[in-house]
Amino acid sequence: MIVRILGEGQFRVDDNATPGLNHLDTELETAVERGDEPAFKAALTGLLAQVRAQGSPLPPDTLEASDLILPHQDSSMDEVRKLLTDEGLIPG
Amino acid sequence: MQGQYAQLQAEEEKLTVASQRLQAKVDAFRTRKETIKATYTAAEAQTRINEAFSGISEEMGDVGMAIQRAEDKTAQMQARAGAIDELMASGALDDVGGRRDDIQAELDQLSANSDVESELRRLRGEIAASAPKQLEGSGGSGGGANGDGPVHEGQSQAQSAPYAPPAPTQQPQQAAPQQAAQSAGIPVSDLPSANDQPQDGEGL
Repeated sequence: MIVRILGEGQFRVDDNATPGLNHLDTELETAVERGDEPAFKAALTGLLAQVRAQGSPLPPDTLEASDLILPHQDSSMDEVRKLLTDEGLIPG
Repeated sequence: MQGQYAQLQAEEEKLTVASQRLQAKVDAFRTRKETIKATYTAAEAQTRINEAFSGISEEMGDVGMAIQRAEDKTAQMQARAGAIDELMASGALDDVGGRRDDIQAELDQLSANSDVESELRRLRGEIAASAPKQLEGSGGSGGGANGDGPVHEGQSQAQSAPYAPPAPTQQPQQAAPQQAAQSAGIPVSDLPSANDQPQDGEGL
């Protein structure tokens, strides 16, 4: 799976990591729904850190489209709220 | 201030990296397109080029958002700086945390001095407004000390009609007892007190 973190670039993440990412995605979604800023920051930081840790950066001249696009590290809750679909940031 | 500068520098670095990524993708797309055209039939080539282009358009979207964020952040900082300037200028906000340099201290001192000066002027004005009538009232025997020639003329005016502006409204009431006292024959030894007042005023 190819994941893009906005402002950072694309990462290839092994499909085995998806459940862990989904768990963090759920936390993020819950925090945004509750309007809980500290929980939101923690969940977003955790999610992005997981992608960076488990994924490998794609070279810049790759022309593959991403399966998933994650918000900036310093995104506000409002920005993330706009990106969230009914399924969270990560579909499925 | 330092923090904002660092923030803007970080934004600039991000944008530089983003533009390099986009440039790499554009170059890759150009190469890929030529390869595809040479290798595939027209229909297949079109499909593959479209796929490659989606990679670029995603990158362009990312760069576009990064530019938007940088612009928003800059505008926000400018607005905040403008608001702080206005608050400082209006005096609602003091530069409490800021280090006060020598020039600022001197400027403050000057403005404080001018406050004192204006206060002094005001006090002198008040004294000047009240002093003449006292001189007028006592001028019959002692006004000559200030060289006030037409004292008697002023006195006669004051006596014949209520005293006119620019004197305060209470002036006729204050002047009247003195005039009455003088006509009753106040000793000359009491007069210096009236003359002393302007000198006290100079001392302020």
